[in-house]
Amino acid sequence: AEVEETLKRIQAHKGVIATMVINAEGIPIRTTLDNSTTVQYGSLLHQLTMKARSTVRDIDPQNDLTFLRIRSKKHEIMIAPDKEYLLIVIQNPCE
Amino acid sequence: IGHPEIFPLVFTTKTQEIFHCRVDEEVTEENSFKLIKKEDIIQDLKTRAAISDFHPVKKVVLEYPGEELLVVFDAKFQYGQNFYLVASEEAKDNFLKPPETTEEKEEEKEDEENREATLEVHPYKPPVHKPWVSLGSEKEVEEESVRETVTKIKYMISRVRRKFGAPITFTDRNASHVKDSYVECTSYQDKTFSIKMLEKDVGVQMIPKIREASTQTKWTYPKNAATQYFPRQLSNEEKEDSLLSEKLKEFLTSVHLRMEIALQQNEIMNAFFDDWKALAEDESSSGGKPDVYLKAYQSFTDLQYLKDRTISCVCWHPTIYGIIAVSAREQLSYEEQVNLSDKSFLQQSVILFWSFFDPIHPQLMLECPEDVYCFQFNPSDPNIIAGGCLNGQVVLWDISQHEEKLQNAKTAADGMKMTAVNMVNASILNILYSTESPLVRYCTVSSMQYSHKKTVTDIHWLPGYSEEHQMGATFENRAEVCMQLVTCSPDCSILFWDIPTTKLPEQPSSVKVKEEEIFNMPPDVPDTLKHLDLCWKPLIKINLSESDINSEDGPIRISLRELHYHYKTSEKVQSLNTLEVPAKDSPYTDMSAPSSKNLKVLENISTAFFVGTEDGEIVYSDWKMEIDSDSAKPHTQKYTIHTETINTLQRSPFFKDIILSIGGQNFAIWKEGVTNGPILQSSSSAGRYTAGQWSLTRPGVFFIGRDDGNIDIWDLLKKTHEPSHFQNISESLITFISPCVASPKQHFLAVSDDLGVVHVLEICQTLSHASRNEHANVLDYFEREVKYLKYCEQEFQEYQEFQAKTELK
Repeated sequence: AEVEETLKRIQAHKGVIATMVINAEGIPIRTTLDNSTTVQYGSLLHQLTMKARSTVRDIDPQNDLTFLRIRSKKHEIMIAPDKEYLLIVIQNPCE
Repeated sequence: IGHPEIFPLVFTTKTQEIFHCRVDEEVTEENSFKLIKKEDIIQDLKTRAAISDFHPVKKVVLEYPGEELLVVFDAKFQYGQNFYLVASEEAKDNFLKPPETTEEKEEEKEDEENREATLEVHPYKPPVHKPWVSLGSEKEVEEESVRETVTKIKYMISRVRRKFGAPITFTDRNASHVKDSYVECTSYQDKTFSIKMLEKDVGVQMIPKIREASTQTKWTYPKNAATQYFPRQLSNEEKEDSLLSEKLKEFLTSVHLRMEIALQQNEIMNAFFDDWKALAEDESSSGGKPDVYLKAYQSFTDLQYLKDRTISCVCWHPTIYGIIAVSAREQLSYEEQVNLSDKSFLQQSVILFWSFFDPIHPQLMLECPEDVYCFQFNPSDPNIIAGGCLNGQVVLWDISQHEEKLQNAKTAADGMKMTAVNMVNASILNILYSTESPLVRYCTVSSMQYSHKKTVTDIHWLPGYSEEHQMGATFENRAEVCMQLVTCSPDCSILFWDIPTTKLPEQPSSVKVKEEEIFNMPPDVPDTLKHLDLCWKPLIKINLSESDINSEDGPIRISLRELHYHYKTSEKVQSLNTLEVPAKDSPYTDMSAPSSKNLKVLENISTAFFVGTEDGEIVYSDWKMEIDSDSAKPHTQKYTIHTETINTLQRSPFFKDIILSIGGQNFAIWKEGVTNGPILQSSSSAGRYTAGQWSLTRPGVFFIGRDDGNIDIWDLLKKTHEPSHFQNISESLITFISPCVASPKQHFLAVSDDLGVVHVLEICQTLSHASRNEHANVLDYFEREVKYLKYCEQEFQEYQEFQAKTELK
């Protein structure tokens, strides 16, 4: 219930194209996209997040990754990592 | 020579005369012996001395014991001369006698043989002793025999008897101790025999050090291996479980704040906006005006097929660069155009395919049963072309056989150009090469009964993702090919046609049999859709019968909402049913698509459509069949803005709800949903507008063709009361305009006129490239206009109320 609400709120933001929740192994749990795209995004972004996190921690072991934003020509991918899950939101920034 | 008694002699003729041994007279080959007295010879020797022939044998003659000497004529020169002298008695006798004896013997033998013929047994005669005759061989024997010539020496050695047999003692004695006990002959190097070798020929060969070694390798051969993988996914229950878990809740509470901050940041402003770049782009777009907006690129006309004909429709080939197709029909005056269906035309009508690389000869010609008024390429399969004819039939062509030819038009044209240099007379060229452009016959034509009754004036392929069903419902089209057509005609009907997939695997045998009976198509026509030929019926028919106005007023142009093409194929052949939609007024309607049982419902496709009529009315209506419908539909609307026939009704390629309509002396821009009127309406112009099209690349630009051969270019962002630019293209009126984006640098505009010429113009940069914010600006503009319209309406209403109030008073 709360989970749903939060996800819906995020989805309702202006310009948001898709929202996804991925678990620690890269398997999607909740998504608004179709299956094949979700699986693709999930596996790729999961690996990228792991890499980014390890990079941050290598530089400073006390540090940790809190947020990852990838800005591309067409839209922006925002990833909020956690110990077990990953929240991915794809937004089209207004122009 | 071996005979010592034979002495060869030469007898001269003088000698022969003296001794009576002339050749061939006294002495012949058979009788070759001549005995000559010794005294005569001696006499001759004395008289003639040195010159006598006997001189060499003088001594022999003198020593000769006998009286007579034998001279033999040697005819065969056996001994070297023509005569020879026999020097001894015995030899002489031998010469004289043996021939006789042999002769005798031969005679005897012959006699004996004769006698023997009678007697078989030869009587034995023991050999008779004969005295041995010496022939001189003892001398030889004597000479050859070996005799001891040396007398042998005799020695006698004696010894006293008593010393024989006495015991003997032997002792050793070293031979080297005693001098002179032995004599040895030591070898010594004799200097005379030593040869010092000064030079020696020696051959030398140099070889590298060689070492033999060998290895055995293992041969690895390539083997095909494949892996198949699929991503891990959670089952639904697992998903549910995880959704309900506490951990997820905690996660989201901790995370969502961050996310929302980020989202809001993006909404507020675009952090990556490059002001510098944006500045540059604006500059370039508003910078210097080009001299010519539409540059003439090429123009095509054909003397054979397009003589005295006007071009009714022009279409670019969707995929192949530089191919444009043109359909022609009879030039008719305005009055004649009204009575189109009555005419019959004898001249063969064709659709010509032109290529940029060959301006003289059309690449392909499609044979039409009648004049084709409009045609379109199938967006998903550019080899299928659908055309609407003058008599109301719909025709299909399949040019997949010639696709390669069209694609290779460039290379073919180059080849032809090279040989064209040699030819002087252009007409010969035409004759020679006229066979090059193949004539393709149509593969399907709709049945006369069920087609339109009047000319098909507009034909469109329906977008692939929706598919009309017989019940009037639109389905999602799973396979992504456009296979449905919509046509409209002045006989007040709109027909939906369905085309089954071109590669039908097999057909039911009954259908096939029927096919063979009815049709014998020429062999080179593709087999596609053969079974539909002449029995093709529309899927759905919509009657737009007016309630009060006469049926003359039929739709000329139709515009459906969802005409942006995607690529899909249809799956099933729909059975054919004509469906009559209840009568409505004919304003704009959109086509909406309710769902079918199996396929996904497409709820958000509208079924409304716009129709432009002959009388200049724009009608907006909805064809969706509502089961609980009443007679009056609130959302059918009719607008009369234009005074003459609508010739263009087109949606903007950028905005799905903006429509441009052109008719008579003005044009209008409409927005769907705004029912008050057009959001923009132009003032009446001097000449008539005859054709028009939106630009494909700039949202606020459209082109309008006029009856004096000019093209007006309207740019809504610059001026809305007059065209921003106009340009003269041809002398006669423009019949059709078609833009095309051939490449990012090349944008073309094809303009066809009444004389049968297609002009291809290149659109300049400013007209083809949109500026950065153009889309948003144009959208803003339209919204402003809508608001203005509403405001006007409101004002008008208020005014009316005010009027009413004042009147009451």
